[in-house]
Amino acid sequence: MDIYREEILDHFKKPRNWGLVTTASKGWVKAKEVNGSCGDVMEMGLRVKKGRIEEVKFQGEGCAISMAAGSMLTEMIKGKKIKEVEKMSDKEMIDRLGIKISSGRKKCATLGLEVCQKLLKKLI
Amino acid sequence: MNILKIKEDFPILKRKIQGKRLVYLDNAATSQRPRQVLDKIREFDEKHNANVHRGIHQLSEEASEMYEEARKVVAGFVGAREDEMIFVRNATEGINLVAWAWAFRNIKKGEEILTTVMEHHANLVPWQQLAKSKGIKLQIVDVDDEGRLDMKDLERKLSKKTKLAAVVHVSNTVGTINPVERIVKMAKKVGARVLVDAAQSAQHVGVDVRKLKCDFLVITGHKMLGPMGIGGVYIKKERQVEMEVFLTGGGMISEVYKDRPAVWAKGVEKWEAGTPNVSGAIGLAEAVRYHQRLGMDKIREHEKELTRYSLDRLGEINGLKVIGPKDVEIRGGAVTWVMEGIHAHDVAQVLDNEGVAVRSGHHCTMPLHERLGITASTRASFYVYNTKEDVDRLVEGLEKVKKVLG
Repeated sequence: MDIYREEILDHFKKPRNWGLVTTASKGWVKAKEVNGSCGDVMEMGLRVKKGRIEEVKFQGEGCAISMAAGSMLTEMIKGKKIKEVEKMSDKEMIDRLGIKISSGRKKCATLGLEVCQKLLKKLI
Repeated sequence: MNILKIKEDFPILKRKIQGKRLVYLDNAATSQRPRQVLDKIREFDEKHNANVHRGIHQLSEEASEMYEEARKVVAGFVGAREDEMIFVRNATEGINLVAWAWAFRNIKKGEEILTTVMEHHANLVPWQQLAKSKGIKLQIVDVDDEGRLDMKDLERKLSKKTKLAAVVHVSNTVGTINPVERIVKMAKKVGARVLVDAAQSAQHVGVDVRKLKCDFLVITGHKMLGPMGIGGVYIKKERQVEMEVFLTGGGMISEVYKDRPAVWAKGVEKWEAGTPNVSGAIGLAEAVRYHQRLGMDKIREHEKELTRYSLDRLGEINGLKVIGPKDVEIRGGAVTWVMEGIHAHDVAQVLDNEGVAVRSGHHCTMPLHERLGITASTRASFYVYNTKEDVDRLVEGLEKVKKVLG
């Protein structure tokens, strides 16, 4: 089955950059987003230096697609300039997943990106 | 009842999904339409289509007659008379009609509406909106951990202040069949009116408003083998006289003047502004006849057996937890579950790949999910054309789910 191709399942079962950021952590900002239609929750934290994302952490609860996408996203944005990440589109995220996403599951695929961009707004 | 013969009536069930025979188990969301209904709609479109109640020409007379005949059939299906059945788009619209045309006018600030935590959003949000706009208090009855109404809580929350109880007959999520007859009796004792949401019950367990003695009851066509965009709301005559108009315009008036108020139509047309869904009503009546030919008792028996079988089979799967009552006497044909560590959307996605259509998410009952401590669930809901083989296909699919995502 294409949608649960090996790489997706791998990210789902072993999410990269997994972890929570506590409010006490110096230099970190965090944001949380909920996908109301299916109850997915995702929290993400970033540490930025000179306009570049130095470190990223995420944790959440949800379907394989949203968790795998979140994990992939953290890899994609690490080391990137905020300005670039701000401009990232849903399509880029879905392309990275490399699977056909039906309209009903678009929100699952882009939940991570949504949290991330919400976070970046806090930084500006 | 010959289920294989019944299956033959439904063209869509011949479809292949991912190369496999479609197993359609999302009937609580919408049901499929038999050839008889499809033919009837086509016949109307090809031979009788015209606007109703207006034209003095052959087609208009035929269309009007067919529309009113449809009303009689649909009303009869729930034990009502034709002058108590108003055609609406769906159950949601029916509830909104009662909320704004009846409740808005008859329930005052400080008085109460009682509903339950297991309601579909359709029977909750309109009351929340009304409560907010008029300062009415909403009392929400709890359920137990098995998804059965907490009758003690209901008794506690029902009082002289309660003016309306709006209660679902069969839960679309946990399948619970509520003791609505008893609830009506209890509500009557305190002088409250009762609305029954029969969107999941009229076609599966049967309803009779004369026996129930409720004031309002809503049904929806597309969940009962009929078309989308047509539903009905039963409103008792005594309540109709207490009602204000809702949507206004053509069709619901008898006289309109430039400089003084219009005179409303008499009877149920008063709440059917604009051109109605005539072909939908005719299709719905044909769907009703389909149930009547099979017999409601037999339909219920068949679905009960499927529910029992699926509860047994799902019970064999490790890490799967069925939510809702285990007793099929108080459970309609909807079986809902959660799987340890696997999100409902993933369950449905893998099942889809196996040609099995189920529903995943919160099924428009977010407060109920919250009460039961789950964020999302997966639901299989049955109808007269489903078989034990369909349940077996579901179970095979669930094994696959575990293999892929477990």
